[in-house]
Amino acid sequence: MFIAVASGKGGTGKTIVSTSLALVAKKCTYIDLDVEEPNGHILLKPEIEKEVPFNLKIPKIDEHVCTFCGKCADACVYNAISIIPNLKKALFYPDLCHSCGHCTYVCPVNGAMEEVYREIGKIRLGISKDIKFIEGRIDVGVISGVPIISWIVNNYIDFNEINIVDSAPGTSCPVVESVKKSDYIMLVTEPTPFGLSDLKLAVEIVKNMGKKAGIIVNKDRGKNIIDDYAKTVNIPILLKIPYSIEIQESYSKGIPLVEAMPEMKGKFGELIDKIICENGKN
Amino acid sequence: MGKIKEIVILSGKGGTGKTTVAASLAELIHDKIIVDADVDAANMYLLMEPENIKETEFKGKSIANINTSICTSCNLCKELCRFNAIEVINGDYVVEDISCDGCRLCQTACPVDAIEMVEQIVGKWIIADTRFGDFIYARLNPGGENSGNLVAMVKYQSKLIAEEKNISTILIDGPPGIGCPVIASLSGSDYVIVVTEPSFSGISDLKRVLKLTEHFRIKTGIVVNKFDINIENTEKIEKFAQENKVEVLAKIPHSFCIIEEISKKSIPSTNCEELKKPVIEIYNKIKDYFEAEMAN
Repeated sequence: MFIAVASGKGGTGKTIVSTSLALVAKKCTYIDLDVEEPNGHILLKPEIEKEVPFNLKIPKIDEHVCTFCGKCADACVYNAISIIPNLKKALFYPDLCHSCGHCTYVCPVNGAMEEVYREIGKIRLGISKDIKFIEGRIDVGVISGVPIISWIVNNYIDFNEINIVDSAPGTSCPVVESVKKSDYIMLVTEPTPFGLSDLKLAVEIVKNMGKKAGIIVNKDRGKNIIDDYAKTVNIPILLKIPYSIEIQESYSKGIPLVEAMPEMKGKFGELIDKIICENGKN
Repeated sequence: MGKIKEIVILSGKGGTGKTTVAASLAELIHDKIIVDADVDAANMYLLMEPENIKETEFKGKSIANINTSICTSCNLCKELCRFNAIEVINGDYVVEDISCDGCRLCQTACPVDAIEMVEQIVGKWIIADTRFGDFIYARLNPGGENSGNLVAMVKYQSKLIAEEKNISTILIDGPPGIGCPVIASLSGSDYVIVVTEPSFSGISDLKRVLKLTEHFRIKTGIVVNKFDINIENTEKIEKFAQENKVEVLAKIPHSFCIIEEISKKSIPSTNCEELKKPVIEIYNKIKDYFEAEMAN
């Protein structure tokens, strides 16, 4: 079982929701795939047991062997290589490299190009009470978090267990990569025009991917722009979290919602039981 | 006249109030172009009442397509693809669109030339008129890629207009995070305003964004939104800013007025006194900075 918590708009409460779900699910794995700004650890306070560097393969050009034929530069659609034959220079820009391997594949000269590893981030593994904690984190300045997200989804998730994934905000590649293998997507939104506008985009992704989804309204103040929309797209509203300055205060101190407001514990408990029961394979 | 000044509003953490600050500044700066560079989840248009909208399709990368009538199922493309984008469905080799990175390795390697690259329309960019001046924004198709390139396109278009019309400032509402679209928003800009909130998450994300702006050597100032939610953390931010020689431009209190105004799709600084003052403070400090720079 793989439940993804996503949002479209940032700051709507993905981390509040995903950590609450993890804390009420008795045994589960919490996976933070908001690799640009991972924050789940602030609320779950895991004991980190292991930190694994995450590397990408990048090319290394030996200018003593290279004939400067330019085939690698022509092959690279990301413009990460420039070859200047007159100066006998081969320039490589690691930030632009997507690690596809096309350049080394086309290089006709034996020994001119080899692949080396470049660290772009870390995967941290730990434990918080009964929760297994996994976090991806890219180094500052690294352009894309997609490779680390994809690696974690393909190598660290045990699909026989309950997995709760905190995904990146937005509606582009990192989100798609985070939710691709999910069984159910919870979309967290807020009842403002901004929240609704971004929710619509997130719903479009969910529908395009053919995924099952539900909506969680955070900062609910009894207004209904999300209710009406949810009806028109036929997606259930799973839960409403009230607008509360106390919740914001406790969040600011790193206290999880279900601890700050124990009355929410039951609601999250019911929610996760229902989702697992209706959508789980096990 | 001089050089065009680019001011970018970022946050790291989402939902801290980038658009609130950007829209409020838009009201104050007279001679400017407004850009919404959050192409994943653009919100500024909701407050700007855009008119005379001109849309242009944006083509992104090409992705691979396998002609199954030529394909001999040799499996070479599947072995080579590092994005796990090639699947075998009912015996046919098929490219999974959302995984394909468009690197063309499979096309190069295919021994029977069964693979062609097909250009994708990934979104559109939009130029519109507003009562605040020219407004440029974009919409990435949900799930689309190349949002960094679309951000670069939107910025490029805004520069063309600024040059043509002799406009001095480009005000950019940026995306959350620190990845590709943020780096694209930053590149070539003159001032970054980071809007943060006094939560542990806000602080952690602020630090990562500041590392980025330092890396690109761009002058940066901080705005603490909802500073009164946690005074202790706000003090931590101020101390951190001081240690890192970054100015705290203003502090904005938690305010139901701002939420109400945004719900009505109006620019909150027009009616919310508690926002007006800090926004003027931000405006003046940035103006002073640019004037001092010009004098040098």
